[in-house]
Amino acid sequence: MKAVIMGCSRVGARLAEILSEDGCQVTVLDTDATSFKRLSQKFQGTALLGNGLDETALVKAGIDSADAFIAVTQGDNRNIMASQIARHIFKVPRVVCRIYDPLRRDLYSDLGLETISSTTVVAQMVKENLLG
Amino acid sequence: MYVIIVGGGRLGFRLAQWLLSESHEVLVIDKRQELVDRIVAEMGSVAIVGDGCEGKTLESAGARRADIFISLTSEDEDNLVACQIARHYFKIPRTIARVMDERSEPLFQILGIDIINSTNIILEYIKHELPSPPVMHLLKEQDMGMEVVDVTIPSSSAVIGKAVSEISLPEGAMVALIIRRDSTPVLPQDGVLIEEGDQVIAAISPENEPLLRSALTGK
Repeated sequence: MKAVIMGCSRVGARLAEILSEDGCQVTVLDTDATSFKRLSQKFQGTALLGNGLDETALVKAGIDSADAFIAVTQGDNRNIMASQIARHIFKVPRVVCRIYDPLRRDLYSDLGLETISSTTVVAQMVKENLLG
Repeated sequence: MYVIIVGGGRLGFRLAQWLLSESHEVLVIDKRQELVDRIVAEMGSVAIVGDGCEGKTLESAGARRADIFISLTSEDEDNLVACQIARHYFKIPRTIARVMDERSEPLFQILGIDIINSTNIILEYIKHELPSPPVMHLLKEQDMGMEVVDVTIPSSSAVIGKAVSEISLPEGAMVALIIRRDSTPVLPQDGVLIEEGDQVIAAISPENEPLLRSALTGK
């Protein structure tokens, strides 16, 4: 599988490593080169400096032939816009978008984006742990 | 009509002012306290501090009864998301987003958000105001010290009605081709007279180019 990850955040870097260890061909995009320090030796893919809202950068990252696009920057709106570019312009088969704000998460799920809200996921997990 | 504007910068400020003067109801939302203060000082309580993409802010702004939603911030992603929330969550019938990067336009169109691109509007306006350049550089042969230019004959030119051989051209100039206004190419032979709007393709040394231009376009 070929995956493009936008945002070498803690989640982005970790995800890049896991996917890369599983034999996926991974490219991580970030506008800040220092964020690539989060990637460990285990990462076998490509780290690319660039803006995921910029179609030229996305093409360089190989979005044309990607099977999955994952947007995990710190900005909900950046993630949402990039995911919609991936889905509507580049027709990437799987697009996953991190959205912190629950309202936006629900809205874009209704609009057909595959969304994850770490806020909700973590809260749910804690609740399940507490209540057994 | 009730109009919500996200972004209280210069454009949002002027738009709010105009809408109020036209007796519309207006609310400006901006994250920056100082911009909100400026609008309130000038126009009364028609601005609030907040994030135009936040459900709570929009809810308290009465977004459900708004007729038009206009997002004018300088970030395309913020304008896109604000308009999508306004349209799909608050069911505002008309949403307009400012687009800064023209490469984002196709996405906004696919997603059904009306756009304004101020850069394009200004560019189109300037293009309209500028006369088309009388001389265009087609080719520069730097090694040979010559260039090929395309000179459009204006209506005031003194060479209209003359054959090329009758015109005193600067030294080294050579007229290669004349293209009529209807795109027909004509060789500059005797008996071929220059007409208004002709494009004269000529080879000339760069130093003498201004002389060629004045010879062909001068009164």
